Amino acid sequence: MNEVKSELLVKERQLVIPGETLAMGLDFLPSSGCYREDNEIKAKLLGLVRLKDRFIGIIPLAGVYVPKLGDGVIGFVEDMQNTLWVVDINSPYDSILPLGEAVGEYIDLNKTDISIYYDIGDVVYAKVLSVSKTKSVVLTMNDQRSRKLMSGRILKITPSKVPRLIGKEGSMIELIKNKTKCQIIVGQNGIVWVKGEKEALASKAILTIENESHISGLTDKISAMLDKGELI
Amino acid sequence: MLKASENYVKKIVEEEMRIDNRRFDEFREIKIETDVIKNAEGSARVLMGNTHVLVGIKMSVASPFPDTPDEGMLIVNAELAPIASPTFEPGPPNEDSIELARVVDRGIRESHCIGLEKLCIEEGKEVWEVNIDIHVLDHDGNLIDAAALGAMAALLRTKIPRYENKRIVFGDYERQLPINDRPIAITVTKISDKLLIDPNLEEEDALDARITISTNEKGEICSLQKGGEGYFTTEELERAADLSILKGKELRNLLGN
Amino acid sequence: MTKVGKPDQMIIKGKRLDGRDLEEFRPITLNVGVLKRAEGSAVFKFGDTYALAAVYGPKTMHPKHMQNPQKAVLKCIYSMAPFSTKERVRPGRSRRSTEISKVLNEALSNVIFFEDYPKTGIDVFVEILQADASTRCAGLNAASLALADAGIPMRDLITTCSVGKVEDKIILDVGGYEDNYGDVDMAVAIIGNQDKIVLLQMDGIITKEEFIKMIKLARDGCAKIYEMQKSALRERYKTGEEDVES
Repeated sequence: MNEVKSELLVKERQLVIPGETLAMGLDFLPSSGCYREDNEIKAKLLGLVRLKDRFIGIIPLAGVYVPKLGDGVIGFVEDMQNTLWVVDINSPYDSILPLGEAVGEYIDLNKTDISIYYDIGDVVYAKVLSVSKTKSVVLTMNDQRSRKLMSGRILKITPSKVPRLIGKEGSMIELIKNKTKCQIIVGQNGIVWVKGEKEALASKAILTIENESHISGLTDKISAMLDKGELI
Repeated sequence: MLKASENYVKKIVEEEMRIDNRRFDEFREIKIETDVIKNAEGSARVLMGNTHVLVGIKMSVASPFPDTPDEGMLIVNAELAPIASPTFEPGPPNEDSIELARVVDRGIRESHCIGLEKLCIEEGKEVWEVNIDIHVLDHDGNLIDAAALGAMAALLRTKIPRYENKRIVFGDYERQLPINDRPIAITVTKISDKLLIDPNLEEEDALDARITISTNEKGEICSLQKGGEGYFTTEELERAADLSILKGKELRNLLGN
Repeated sequence: MTKVGKPDQMIIKGKRLDGRDLEEFRPITLNVGVLKRAEGSAVFKFGDTYALAAVYGPKTMHPKHMQNPQKAVLKCIYSMAPFSTKERVRPGRSRRSTEISKVLNEALSNVIFFEDYPKTGIDVFVEILQADASTRCAGLNAASLALADAGIPMRDLITTCSVGKVEDKIILDVGGYEDNYGDVDMAVAIIGNQDKIVLLQMDGIITKEEFIKMIKLARDGCAKIYEMQKSALRERYKTGEEDVES
């Protein structure tokens, strides 16, 4: 069998379509969002190419959140049982917050209704403690950033766009926080919490990033938008 | 009864073998009996290996469709009776029984096998309706071919009752149902990139894709239905067509006239 | 035994009743991301046939006992709006829509990476808003785009078109008149532009040779649609930089 010469057919951040051939030959390896078919590496998703050494991956432009160990996520308490809360983390997979991971002190379950800690409808910022093989998630509040989030507003963005919203070393999110005087917490699951002076302006900036994450020059555009301070 | 696993079936097909030692283009033993249901205007029983299908035909009178006011009508229904398989649930027809009925229907309808234009009683008002009811009694694969064969065998024996004073006189027959052709459905199954006919249940559970090709006496194709979650290449489709035409002739000979 | 209303001639001097050449498509329109709520969505039109597809998921699969611990489960439902045809269609499922839902589901199952989302459900809804033949083809083209739009991992897109036979001539993209009064109607779907046929249904009488010719014509037609689908997806995320030399 002839050896196929290895050849990379795409550039970093190039938009590709499912089924598109990204590289030929056996030198390249498929990373997330790609698959190998015989001698070719192809895209599985509509998204942007990401190259790292010999690995080719795709950053999806749409898609749901798949829980990962260590992720900080914003969730909504939707149910309670005796010793745990069921939390909606904007994912097709269930997540629970066990009593032991939420409360430091000893509790007499016969006398205490755990809803005094977290009740249905509460919004929390938690950490993913474990993800089982069948993708069942256990959350923990045992982390310095974890807490209940009160008031403010909640936005939803595509999970794969979270890095864009945060920016290199947090540059984008700091820019928005400073110019709108808001606290902002970005969950890896695509849920964003905003609270402060100019919440509406911050929301507009965040939604602009969501819609234009594939376009470069975004930082300048957002900066200008925040300086102008208009909502249109 | 132990069932062979999907992987086992795929493996032995790769080695050009089948569980029951048949050739890829070989049918199981087929038995056809006609006139098995007294109250039906036509009926047949087909045994294809352990698959057992009963087809009954009832004639009724109905209003014709507006765009074909002088033509009779055809309705095909299929029942996957719960007695036939642990996987058949009682209740309204599910997608498998609907597909079965519609595929058998198209093979018969598109070949113009029934002389529908000879079934007019009063143009625009009353025509004969041919009701074909397929009842699967035992499921060991290849229901479509068995049902289509049973329907054809039953149609060849169907008689039209007398129609007097707006009433059908059952049991008193005027003439045979006019039949112009004998379409036969052959389902070609793809397993491990090989093509086989007449899959039994285990082979059906292991298939990648199947294609049902109905052919008429002239060897023309009168209806096609691809099923299963796999695919066919053009070359495989051509081979499947050849196989269906060939095997269609073989099954047609079992029907007699 | 001719149907009432059948035109005397359906092909006049090599042109069809609507002026098309034998191997010409009706005007095709595609748009991706047309609905706000659905994860992914698309519109696909062949002339007056107008299909809209929406994808929800991957999401938690209910009922739980239908979950597959290793794969996502696809539910594809085809339905016609009551006002889509000349004679009103009764809303709800019919035997025909059940069968079409099944074959669409089987076609799409060829390309989705179900193992990437175990235990979840993926719902694809195909709505025919206006019907002028080849509805399942328009619907499947739209569904394929909607799945890509939703970020569902796929091997490739699925492309579909119809071919037929009228007055012994083989035609591409069967329109309403041709479906009603013509002799043959065949729907073909393939993976990308590969020789892999994932949907095939035909009504009518053809010889084996005509069959193979029609498959080849369909594949050529699908290749054209494939290019349009890819353009439509790229169009959704245009950055305005594409024309600049880098």
